[in-house]
Amino acid sequence: MTRFSFVTLLREALRGHTGWGPQWRDAQPKAAYDVVIVGAGGHGLATAFYLAAECGVRNIAVVEKGWLGGGNTARNTTIIRSNYLWEESEAIYEHSMKLWEGLSHALNYNTMYSPRGVMMLAHNVHDEQVLKRHVHANRLAGIDNEYLSPAEARAFCPILEIGPGLRYPVLGAALQRRGGVARHDAVAWGYARAASALGVDIIQNCAVTGIRRAADGAVAGVETERGFIAAPKVGVVAAGHTSVLMAMAGVRMPLESFPLQALVSEPVKPVMPCVVMSNTIHAYMSQSDKGELVIGAGTDVYTSYSQRGGLHVATDTLEAVCELFPVVRRLRMLRSWGGIVDVTPDRSPIIGTTPVAGLFVNCGWGTGGFKATPGSGHVFAHTIAKGAPHPIAAPFALDRFRTGRLIDEAAAAAVAH
Amino acid sequence: MIGSPRHDGMMQRLLVGKMFQGRMLPDSMRTEAGGRVERRTDIRFSFDGTDYLGCAGDTLASALLANGVHLVGRSMKYHRPRGILSAGAEEPNALVTVRRDGGRTTPNLRATQVELYEGLEARSQNRWPSLDTDVGALASLAAPLLSAGFFYKTMMGPRGAGLWHRMFEPLVRRAAGVGRAPDAADPDRYARFHDHCEVLVVGAGPAGIAAALAAGRAGGRVILCDEQAEPGGALLTEIAAFVDAIPARDWLARSLGELAAMGNVRVMPRTTAFGIYPHNLVGLAERVTDHLATPDPDLPRERLWQVRAQRVVLAAGAIERALVFPGNDRPGVMLAGAARDYLLRYGVKVGNRVVIATACDSAYRAALDLAAAGVEVKLVLDLRPAADGPLPAAVRAAGISVLPGGRVLDTHMKRNRIDSVLLGRGDDGRTRWFDCDALLMGNGWTPSVHLFAQAGGVLRWHEGRTFLPGEAVAAVDCIGACNGAAGLAESLLQGAAAFGAPGPAVAGALDGAAGPAIVDGADAKAFVDFQNDVTARDVRQAVGEGFRSIQHIKRYTAGGLGTDQGKTGNMNLMLLAAAARGEAVAAVGTTTFRPPYTPVTFGTLAGSARGALFDPVRTTAMHAQAVAEGAVFEDVGQWKRARYFPRPGEDMHAAVAREVSATRASVGMFDASTLGKIEVVGPDAGVFLDRIYVNRLADLSVGRCRYAVMLSEAGFVMDDGVVARLADDRFHITTTTGGAAQVLHHMEDYRQTEWPELRVWLTSTTEHWAVIAVQGPRAREVLAPLAVGDLALPHMAVRAMRVAGVAARLMRVSFTGETGFEVNVPAGQGAQVWDAIRARVAAVGGTVYGTEAMHVMRAEKGYLIIGQETDGTVTPADLGLPEGRAKADFVGKRSLSRPDMGAADRRQLVGLLTDDPRVVPEEGAQLVSAANPAPGTPAFGHVTSAYHSPALGRSIALALLAGGRARLGERLFVAGPRGGIAVTVGAPVFLDPEGTRLRG
Amino acid sequence: MLLIHCPYCAMARPEAEFRHAGEAHVLRPLDPASLGDAAWAEFLYYRDNPRGVTAERWRHVHGCGRFLNALRDTVSDRILVTYRAGEARPS
Repeated sequence: MTRFSFVTLLREALRGHTGWGPQWRDAQPKAAYDVVIVGAGGHGLATAFYLAAECGVRNIAVVEKGWLGGGNTARNTTIIRSNYLWEESEAIYEHSMKLWEGLSHALNYNTMYSPRGVMMLAHNVHDEQVLKRHVHANRLAGIDNEYLSPAEARAFCPILEIGPGLRYPVLGAALQRRGGVARHDAVAWGYARAASALGVDIIQNCAVTGIRRAADGAVAGVETERGFIAAPKVGVVAAGHTSVLMAMAGVRMPLESFPLQALVSEPVKPVMPCVVMSNTIHAYMSQSDKGELVIGAGTDVYTSYSQRGGLHVATDTLEAVCELFPVVRRLRMLRSWGGIVDVTPDRSPIIGTTPVAGLFVNCGWGTGGFKATPGSGHVFAHTIAKGAPHPIAAPFALDRFRTGRLIDEAAAAAVAH
Repeated sequence: MIGSPRHDGMMQRLLVGKMFQGRMLPDSMRTEAGGRVERRTDIRFSFDGTDYLGCAGDTLASALLANGVHLVGRSMKYHRPRGILSAGAEEPNALVTVRRDGGRTTPNLRATQVELYEGLEARSQNRWPSLDTDVGALASLAAPLLSAGFFYKTMMGPRGAGLWHRMFEPLVRRAAGVGRAPDAADPDRYARFHDHCEVLVVGAGPAGIAAALAAGRAGGRVILCDEQAEPGGALLTEIAAFVDAIPARDWLARSLGELAAMGNVRVMPRTTAFGIYPHNLVGLAERVTDHLATPDPDLPRERLWQVRAQRVVLAAGAIERALVFPGNDRPGVMLAGAARDYLLRYGVKVGNRVVIATACDSAYRAALDLAAAGVEVKLVLDLRPAADGPLPAAVRAAGISVLPGGRVLDTHMKRNRIDSVLLGRGDDGRTRWFDCDALLMGNGWTPSVHLFAQAGGVLRWHEGRTFLPGEAVAAVDCIGACNGAAGLAESLLQGAAAFGAPGPAVAGALDGAAGPAIVDGADAKAFVDFQNDVTARDVRQAVGEGFRSIQHIKRYTAGGLGTDQGKTGNMNLMLLAAAARGEAVAAVGTTTFRPPYTPVTFGTLAGSARGALFDPVRTTAMHAQAVAEGAVFEDVGQWKRARYFPRPGEDMHAAVAREVSATRASVGMFDASTLGKIEVVGPDAGVFLDRIYVNRLADLSVGRCRYAVMLSEAGFVMDDGVVARLADDRFHITTTTGGAAQVLHHMEDYRQTEWPELRVWLTSTTEHWAVIAVQGPRAREVLAPLAVGDLALPHMAVRAMRVAGVAARLMRVSFTGETGFEVNVPAGQGAQVWDAIRARVAAVGGTVYGTEAMHVMRAEKGYLIIGQETDGTVTPADLGLPEGRAKADFVGKRSLSRPDMGAADRRQLVGLLTDDPRVVPEEGAQLVSAANPAPGTPAFGHVTSAYHSPALGRSIALALLAGGRARLGERLFVAGPRGGIAVTVGAPVFLDPEGTRLRG
Repeated sequence: MLLIHCPYCAMARPEAEFRHAGEAHVLRPLDPASLGDAAWAEFLYYRDNPRGVTAERWRHVHGCGRFLNALRDTVSDRILVTYRAGEARPS
């Protein structure tokens, strides 16, 4: 692997960029591996990387139906933050945040992590109470999050309209300064390159068609378009397609898959310095380094694997965006697209073992999985290696739906009185 | 004689501003006759501060070209000078900012689509200080470094320094972006419409017109939309052909006339079908006023049409591809079809001495048409080994040299435009520079199948040339050039045949064979994506680095991600990728087609939803009364609720203290109308409510009320309210303000789908009843003169009686801890009853109070608020409420016995009293055991409500505390940024725990 | 914006008039108390979530107010058929 640096870049520039080797090997499947990861998105590739880099597992394959990083990793709005409410959530997202901070160097790949601040808006008294509760909880946990007045919010994001002409004026905001964005593709590519360099086989265009179980019920390997691959441990990290894959092993999941849309504007010179989120009126916006305003729209109400959704989802979110940022009303939607997000009953992920021995699952990240990529991969790698949950992953076990010990982030931000 | 266009342009610039007593110099590259513009109407416009003249009917691009201006922009990355490439929506280079007054500045508009109007003011973008002299062009020097993937490989700085974000990213961000966002709010209006039709025809070229005619004649509602100002498409440049024995343009006019006369057909110019959504909903964006100098202020700027079409017929035409050769991006290098458009539609010659390079026959038409207009066509260079067929023959017959088997090796630029091209012969390697002022290129056409592909239609690689529509998923048919039709006759035929009609007769059309797409090479100056400066070398490099999927290549190089979305370049990108991979194009596959087809204004999509129209405002029947009392309102859902009623000089704290004190001392009245209300009727109503609520309700006596809590099936508290039994088979129940719709839905779900055998019906009566709460020791005294009935009813009872002359449901309930009544009257009479009660309240020295005082009074009594004490994770046991153990079943009961639902560490509702009675802890603050806990200390719970209590003269707080009911008397701290606040845990009731005031 | 045929109103209406209500044919056990925790969790939370034809519930909330079922292909989003709540899933 050619180490990336300004020096190597200069060297390659002088010889017309002909000397860069492939960033990852386009591997062919072997007959057997110690661990097979199903799904080469950010979470799956990160899992493989940490398995190889930290857990001493070297004989690993990542099997991908399409192209690596082509699912939700390629389709999200790249927001990174860790200011969640419950301690279990704080732990995993903050674990992830710490990994983000050193990720470019760990991978020798500029993931363009940009801690430019994530600001969440309050539009009514209930919002204020909920955001302040988050601020207090986060402060106690040692996670930065501060409460701003409307004027302070506007000072932090000068194009933000705060009222009083708004239907729902801005009454305050919670700001996590370490929150921000990163270059989503680079995360997948960086993990792929680093994992490949450690010997991980990344097998693209190889759909898994079955999960084979031995006579004792334990996992024996995966059937693929290119034949059977034996493995005593299989980790399914397939986001929206998790239900479909787990059904191959005879396991039902507490998941539903919804289309989540996002869109970008035409690129303009910097106008938006940070990330702004309004859960109440459904507006989520930041500006990419390329200049596009990146806007998260909502999910459609129905389950779907179509990777597209209704026009009204985009118009709804643009109503809110134009209301909060009236200077963008004349800008134009350049691209819109959909991903498939898998949503759990308590809106928190599922990480861990399954009723099938040797079969592990990491799913249910819903609309917020990108920010968790490094942390999720890290704790899942340790969970697979040890065969038992990493302490940070333990609360996110599938069994919580039986016991009732839910981690309900959505409910905590719930409806008004 | 005509001089050099550049010279004329300079002359004009020199003359402009000084002169004109008379008219400006005519645009020098305009032909004497021909085209669709109105030469008699001069339109004055400016570009980068220089004034020019154009004609009515021009686009900004055609008017600039008419004035000899080719340099119009700078590329994104290398700031290379760029000219006008195309004549339509596919334009990657000619992006301008059009300025109007105030916030009406629009960046990134394609000059090829901006219609000229008097006084139009356009500016180029992405250059400083000027288009001619752009400091950013220094980036070209670093071009060897800035190849594909540059950003991923460097600018990381030392570990932990965060240099990317702090140092490099700001530089990158400033350099990126194209235009600037306006700096003021957009004053324009936008409108949204919905429509339905049997047939939506997208594109009013030959195929679309023929289809619309046939569909219109067959009956049914037909919409024909076209993105251009003038319908006709390719028919507008058919100067030689005859259709139905009349000239093609006459046939177009006749057909448009017939369509206009049909009552069932609507033709919509300036309307782009930008996206197709599930179940054949098509989004159309109509530009209404941007082409007008002084728009009617009553008109919206743009309209969004959401059209549900039984059948979508796509006749969107095809887009010409660029050739990929070194220097193919310079001003003066243009698509051959665009040169024809400028000549035949706008009467503009794009050059005086042109060279044409092509890989297909259609570019020969440009040679013929330009030569006929007096342009010197120096050479047609054909990349194919042989140039046969009728069109090359016609060109040769016109005396123009044709050089088959040639290649373009380079271009040279002088003063903002090419002045020569280097051509070579494939066979003998000889090269030669040709002088020219324009180089026209043709590399075949890419069908505009965007909507077909967006709808899930499958594309198939066809004859080594292009992707064509294959199997459709939705009811979307492709006809004409976007379906691979070879020329005019076939397009017309496909259009008519789509509705079972015969195609019109065509004579004299010049159709040539489409050649194979020819793209190869890896040159660092051969551009594939003009806007994002992606070169053939970038593609080769990306593939070499392992980015083999077209999706990877796109993302790694940014090819196809510009505002033109790769309309001219994506096919070339795929061909280069296939070549680099050594595989067939079909194996590489296409990129994904995503809406919108061309960018759509945010405002158009947002429509009129702004300010008060952003979301409906719900007000109660007594809203005007609250306004008159000087209320400060809060938003609760869509409702406006009076929060407090400040008197002059009072802040919220003072007003609330006064409202609470007056209520407790005398009487207060409160508008409780926003509470949800449901009438539950039927012989099984009691049984039904028993199953819905935790509490037992079937045994509730007629005339009595009961506080009740409902759970989600998962066992968590979902809503609460009062259930009043009006008759054996009739209940009046209340819900929370925010929960009303959800509660009704929840109840309907069980009623309809789980227990359809129960004879019970539900009606939302939220809007029917106005509710006036009268609370306080003198409440009865206030109501007595107004009520016709016995006010001595017990606490939690309901009676029908007249109040202030209006039939009312009077409930004896209290959310304050005082003797209280809630007067329910029909909403239409709410105001009059309010006024009557208000007068009585005033007479006894009472007050009106708002939601804030209500919150304080209920907290003093320890009454909970759903959404504040609860958050969707709280069980009835957590709140100290009955768990319905005696009942066999109700919604949520089974979930309460799950293993962890009774865990000892569950958080339970308690009261907190601070050591310092003046300190009010902040709601949401966390409970810990130390005054200054270390970061990472787990919390025991949090403060849910905290107020200054006027009744107690000190602060009070409610909290959810782990194992709380076993910790009464324990001392804890409320963590805060300035140290912990010491508190003592107590029962969650602070005032009158025995309820003597309540029952008074 | 899907177009949904309401079997009660006997007309196709836009999705905005409806409220989605999850997978269909998930029956509430008649005697929840008799179920073990795992079986109860299965009823509460576990769903087929198929890639292909799904049976789902909608309520025509801004119309007749009634619950209906639909068979919909989750890949194309095409609705194959709608039918009344309580009716068996069409084969």
